[in-house]
Amino acid sequence: MAQYLEEIVKVEEVSFAYEGIPVLKDINLSIYRGDFLAIIGPNGSGKTTLLKIIVGLLRLQKGQVYLFGQPIEEFRDRHKIGYIQQKATYFDPTFPISVEEVIEASLRSTQKMEKKSPKQLKEKIGEILKLVGLEKETKKPITRLSGGQQQRVLIARSLATEPKILLLDEPTTGVDYLNQQNFYDFLGQLNLEHKLTIVLVTHDYGIVNKHVNKVACLNQKLIYHGEHSEFCQSAAIQQLLSGGHHLISHKH
Amino acid sequence: MISCTKMIETIFSSGFFQRAVVAGGFLALACGLLGIFLVLRKDAMISHGLSHVAFAGVALGLVLNFLPVVISLIVCIIGSLFILKLKEQAKLPGDTAIGILSSAGMALGILLASLKRNFGVELMTYLFGDILAIEPIEVWLSLGLALFVVIAIIIYYHKLVFMTFDRESALVSGVKVKSLDKLLAILTSITVVLGIRIVGLLLVSALTVIPAASALQLSRNFKAALILSSSFSLLSILSGIFLAYVFNLPASAAIVFLSIFIFLLTLGLKSVVKN
Repeated sequence: MAQYLEEIVKVEEVSFAYEGIPVLKDINLSIYRGDFLAIIGPNGSGKTTLLKIIVGLLRLQKGQVYLFGQPIEEFRDRHKIGYIQQKATYFDPTFPISVEEVIEASLRSTQKMEKKSPKQLKEKIGEILKLVGLEKETKKPITRLSGGQQQRVLIARSLATEPKILLLDEPTTGVDYLNQQNFYDFLGQLNLEHKLTIVLVTHDYGIVNKHVNKVACLNQKLIYHGEHSEFCQSAAIQQLLSGGHHLISHKH
Repeated sequence: MISCTKMIETIFSSGFFQRAVVAGGFLALACGLLGIFLVLRKDAMISHGLSHVAFAGVALGLVLNFLPVVISLIVCIIGSLFILKLKEQAKLPGDTAIGILSSAGMALGILLASLKRNFGVELMTYLFGDILAIEPIEVWLSLGLALFVVIAIIIYYHKLVFMTFDRESALVSGVKVKSLDKLLAILTSITVVLGIRIVGLLLVSALTVIPAASALQLSRNFKAALILSSSFSLLSILSGIFLAYVFNLPASAAIVFLSIFIFLLTLGLKSVVKN
């Protein structure tokens, strides 16, 4: 159980406002190694804002965020963080980039892989594409893949730098139901078999609830943060239901 | 046949022609590489805007009687960084920021030109370009600056590709996106100023936009896009110079028409392949 004690992310008293309109109020949250945390809440509850603060895309206004024990401003080991933003697969359809180039650009941009030889890099790319089941699509333009395959390329890109934590913001927007299920099954496998810590922002709790072990329920304030099993009996679930959330897996 | 060969030999041994080809060739390479990044970043109009800013620099150089190319390079770099500031701090959309700066540049250029009325002819060579009148010193300057652009793109290639494709992920991965924005702005300023002598202020943006747009019709990956864009740029500039020399045409117009011709060909080829 010792592996679950390492605190990877600590959010301390974080508040945030867009042009004076509060979005987050006094959020305290800890994410430990091995967690598969779903951040849920109604539209406008601050889920994406919180994730963007954690990965450093939004500047802190109040409070502090620690990544691997370091204040976010001092944190330099960016390769330890994998991130997939909302609508990540809404590419420019004319963008000419192959699957291999997507991963290569990311790998060569991180300090950890900058100095690797072309042969080592090619091996690494092959390895990671095999993990996501896309080893035959290496040379294909990413825009020619299906939505589900594109998601896997982005996961492969994030995993290539060997992150300790993967943060995803509504990653399956625009992906069909079957591919969504496959995608979350794959995330579950990464969490269980590779001990990868996963943080997932979603408003469709029903489709991910069989994989997650922790839940953070947000509505400007943190309403609930704890074990998934206890969440189903908590008062927070009532608030979610009133916000139009899907608690049971359903087909769109 | 013999006379045709002799004519080509005479053209190629001409000092004017050789200088034009060397300067034009290196510029083509810089434009081809840079253009792909600008077009994919939806920043294609920045070179058009900066050419208007460069007009102010050229006019200032002519008023001061001191190296208009160097002065316009400095003015252009300042202008390009100011466009970035407007986008970042004032949260203005890119095209609005470019629109403001390009108008300011043109207005300043017109004002400066009105102060001194006797450099109309010289100003025309900057507006419409005159590659066949390029001086030996300008060839060396073009060569050095174009090499700088090409080397900078090679060094930062992967980071530039990453941030062009997915800016947010590049930021999270620790890529210094804002510094690279500045680098691209400076490289664009250099390319615009180099292009002024070849096709002139009014058409310089064609060199960065059209070959890149043509290459994007046919490319399946990024490297192919860069190679095609540079090849199209090289083909149109060198053939344009040749046609201009042989038929006594304005080189700028010949180059731009050839670029457009290549673009139309690629569009046609794409639809044939699609069907």
